[in-house]
Amino acid sequence: MAENDDDDVPFMQKLLDNNFLLLFLGVASPGLLYILWGIIDIMNVPLAK
Amino acid sequence: MATTYRTCPSSGLQFENNAEKLMRWHAVAGVLWLLVGGITALLVILTRWPAIKLLPADEFYLILTAHGIDMIILWILHFEMAVLFFASSTLLRCRLATPKLAWLGFWLMVIGGIVCNVAIFQGGSSVMFTSYVPMQAAPHFYLGIILVAVGALIGTGIFFATLVVAKKDKTYQGSLPLVTFGAMTAAIIATFTILSGAAILIPTFFWSMGWIKEIDAQLYRMVWWGLGHSSQQINVAAHVSIWYLTAAVVFGAKPLSEKVSRFAFLLYILFLQLASAHHLLSDPGMSSEWKVLNTSYFMYFAVMASMIHGFTVPGAIEAAQRKKGYTNGLFEWLRKAPWGNPAFSGMFISLVGFGFLGGISGVVLGTEQINMLMHNTFYVPGHFHTTVVVGTTLAFMSITYILVPTLFRREMILPKLCQIQPYLYGISMSVLGLVMMGAGTLGVSRRHWDMAFSGAPFQYEWPGAAYLMMGLTGVFGVIAVVGGGLWILLVVGSLLFGKKLNGGKVSDKPTPIPLDTTAASATAHTDKDDHVAVPGTVVLALLLLVTFVLYYFVNWKYLSEVWLLS
Repeated sequence: MAENDDDDVPFMQKLLDNNFLLLFLGVASPGLLYILWGIIDIMNVPLAK
Repeated sequence: MATTYRTCPSSGLQFENNAEKLMRWHAVAGVLWLLVGGITALLVILTRWPAIKLLPADEFYLILTAHGIDMIILWILHFEMAVLFFASSTLLRCRLATPKLAWLGFWLMVIGGIVCNVAIFQGGSSVMFTSYVPMQAAPHFYLGIILVAVGALIGTGIFFATLVVAKKDKTYQGSLPLVTFGAMTAAIIATFTILSGAAILIPTFFWSMGWIKEIDAQLYRMVWWGLGHSSQQINVAAHVSIWYLTAAVVFGAKPLSEKVSRFAFLLYILFLQLASAHHLLSDPGMSSEWKVLNTSYFMYFAVMASMIHGFTVPGAIEAAQRKKGYTNGLFEWLRKAPWGNPAFSGMFISLVGFGFLGGISGVVLGTEQINMLMHNTFYVPGHFHTTVVVGTTLAFMSITYILVPTLFRREMILPKLCQIQPYLYGISMSVLGLVMMGAGTLGVSRRHWDMAFSGAPFQYEWPGAAYLMMGLTGVFGVIAVVGGGLWILLVVGSLLFGKKLNGGKVSDKPTPIPLDTTAASATAHTDKDDHVAVPGTVVLALLLLVTFVLYYFVNWKYLSEVWLLS
C-alpha cells in the first residue's frame, strides 16, 4: 500500500520533496551556466602580443 | 543528546533549547553589526551630499568598505542564520542537528567579522565590498571574510541536517511547510554563494600573502560576483519566506496555491544566481552569448518567480481577509488590514518597495542594452538599496516585532514608536532609492566621493537636477538612518527593559502543534476548499505590470536619444 501511495505522487512533487536533489541542482545550474561557461569565455580571450 | 523544548504560550511555537540560544545570539550579533553599518551609512551619506562632503577621500573609501561589509555580509548573514534555525528546528518542532558545530559556525562568523573590520579600520584595506583585484587589501581582510563564509556554510549544513532529523523523527507530514521550503531555497543559494566566495577569496588571500603571483582581474570579477550578487539572492529567498510567514502569522493566510509558490522557489533555485552576470555586462572578457543568456533570458525565469511571489503573498492576505468578511469592493481587505501592527506594515512596505522599485530597476539593469545607460552609476546602489534594504532589511525588522515577544520573551517597549518605525524607515529608504536611481540616470558615478570632481583639469557640467537628487539622497538618507536607529533602540530597549513574558511550558520531547495558533498557521498547507477569488490583488499586479512596461520602454526611448545613430 505504501509503495502504491508513493507511485501516486506526481513527478514535480517528488522533485520538490527531494531536498538534496534540489541542493545539487541549485549548485550545478549556476556552476555550469555562470561559472564554468564564464571560465571558458575568459580562457578564450586571446593574449596580447 | 538531551535537550528541552519550550512552547511559547501565546504563539504555540516550540523552541528547542540549543536552537533558541543560537537564534538569539545570531540575532543580537546581527543587530550589533547593523548598528556599526548604520553609523558608517550616516558618514557615507554626509560625504556624498554635495553641500556637506564630510569626509576626505581616503576616509570615505574606508568607511564605504566597512558599510558594505557590515551591512551586506555581517548583519544580513547573522540574521539569516537565525532564520534558517527558526525555519528548520522551530517550525518543524525538532532538535537542531549538531549544536556544538553550530556554535563553532557562530563564533567563526563573529571572529571573522571582527578580523575583517580590524583590517578595514587599520586603513590598509579600503577596497570596498567588491575588493576588485589588482587592488590589494591586508591579508586579514580576506581571512576575515573567509572565516565568516566558513561559519555560514556550517550553519547552512546544519539547516539541511536538521531537515534530515525532522524527516527521520517524523515531526512533519507530507511536504515541508512553505516557509521552510523558502528557507531551504535560501540555504541552497547560500551554498553556491559561499562555494563561489571560497573559490575566489582563498586564492586572493594567498595572493595577498605573496604565495601566488597574480589573480586574473576578469576571472576575479566573474567568480566574485557569484558570491557578491548571489549573496543578495539568499536575501530574496529569505525575505520572501518571511513575507509568507508574516501573512500566515498576522492573518492566518494560506498560500493561494502551494504548487505555484513552490514552483516559483524552484525557479529561484535554478536561475536566480545567474543574475550575477548583470554586473559584467560591460566587461570585454565575457561573450555576448554568456551575458545575454544569463541575464536577459535565464534571469527572467527568476523575475517571473518574484512576480509570482509578489502576487501570491498579497493574494493570500486578500483571501484570508475576504474569508473574514472584508468583501466590499476591490480593496476593503487592504484598507481594513492592521496597518498599526508593525509586523504587517513593515512586511507590506517591504513587498511593495521590493516589487515596484527593486524588481523593476533590477530588470532594467539586467537588460544588456539599457544597462549601458546606468552601468556603474549611482543607479546601482539605488537599486540594491530598494532590494536589500527595503526588501530584506525591512522584512527582517518587521518579523522582529513578532520574534521579540516569542523568542526573547519580552514585550516591545514604546508601542507607538514601534508603529511609526516601519513607515519612517521604509518610506524614507524607498525615496532614497528612487533619488539615487534618479541621480544615476543623470550619470552620477557609483562610488566617487566627489561628484563635482573638484580640482580636476577637465570639469563636467552636471545638470542642476543631479545636484538636487544628491541633496535629496542626503536628506532621505539621514531620515532612513534615524528610522534604522529607532529600530535598534526599540529592539535593544525591549530586550533590556521590556516587560518579561511567560516563557511557557518546557518539555523533554517535542509536542504536537496546538490548533489555532501562530505555529499552526505558519506550517499549514493549502486545502482544496481554500480557494477565494482575489480581484484586488489582480488589479495591484496589473498596476505593477503597467508600471514595469512603461518604465522599461521609457529607458529604451532614453537609450535611443543618447545613442545617436545616423
